[in-house]
Amino acid sequence: MKVFVIIPAFNEEARIGQVLTELSDLPYNVVIVDDASTDQTSRAASQFKVTVLRHRINRDQGASLQTGNQYALSQGAEVIVHFDADGQFLVSEIKDIIGPIINNDYDVVFGSRFLAKKSEMPWLKKHFVFPIARLVNWLFFRIKFTDPQSGFRAMSRRAAQKIIIEQDGKAHCSEILSKVFSLKLKAKEVPMTVIYHHFGQNIGGGWKIVKDLLFSKLIK
Amino acid sequence: MWLQILVTLFVVIILFKLFKQRQADKLSLSSFFAWFILWLIVLVVFWQPNTASYLANFLGIGRGADLIIYLSVIVIFYLLFKIFVRLNKIDKEITKIVREDAIKNVKKN
Repeated sequence: MKVFVIIPAFNEEARIGQVLTELSDLPYNVVIVDDASTDQTSRAASQFKVTVLRHRINRDQGASLQTGNQYALSQGAEVIVHFDADGQFLVSEIKDIIGPIINNDYDVVFGSRFLAKKSEMPWLKKHFVFPIARLVNWLFFRIKFTDPQSGFRAMSRRAAQKIIIEQDGKAHCSEILSKVFSLKLKAKEVPMTVIYHHFGQNIGGGWKIVKDLLFSKLIK
Repeated sequence: MWLQILVTLFVVIILFKLFKQRQADKLSLSSFFAWFILWLIVLVVFWQPNTASYLANFLGIGRGADLIIYLSVIVIFYLLFKIFVRLNKIDKEITKIVREDAIKNVKKN
């Protein structure tokens, strides 16, 4: 199985080495998408046996993931994993997230911070931000999944060919969820661990996601 | 009187620029006419304010000035929407170009 791990990175010079060191022992093709970082992210990544794609202009996370997807598909990827550069996710859990695709014929698997495993999530996020995010997903797409903004996911080749990420910003999480449902792909959630270095999306970022989604609905 | 002369001067400058843009083929014929007519209306309304009042009464709006405000708001919102859609399209195109460039210049280590 050709497994590609896509890691979008924006100014992750300091952290990316850690993730890449952990990944270097595993049989995955690692693709870094450097989103026009102003630091030495590309150079830091180039010290490892990885593929580096560099955006000349910052296009944000959703755009980076789609760039990674497109490249991986062109290289014959059979499974694509979306991962994070700053060590939020555990490398050891990649095998759990690709398992259902390889063994059980699933199309898309999402890591969920709300199933079983313990993630030390900030209180505000757990009890305030995420309930709202879930409500937004439900209002827009009629989706009920436990983790609305999970950035850790895996998809089969077939799914990656069908799901074209058009939301360049952070709204890609909701977009991918919605496309999984509208395309009737076989999806499931698996438990995952998240290590919080910082809050991640702040409330302003959350508002921007809602705005992006609203506008995309308006225009279409 | 002074205001009318000032506005006329202003409109003449704009019309001049409009003609130049049209000559240089930077403006489609339809948008040229739309702008041309819009600025002509501005001229007429400033020299003959009664025309606006007359039109307003005809449409069931009290004052000519109100009619102008309503119309302006509609036009501004329409233009805003158009700009917004256009920006979105440009954004998508930039992403596409950046993506193709990144994939073309891939670095394998």
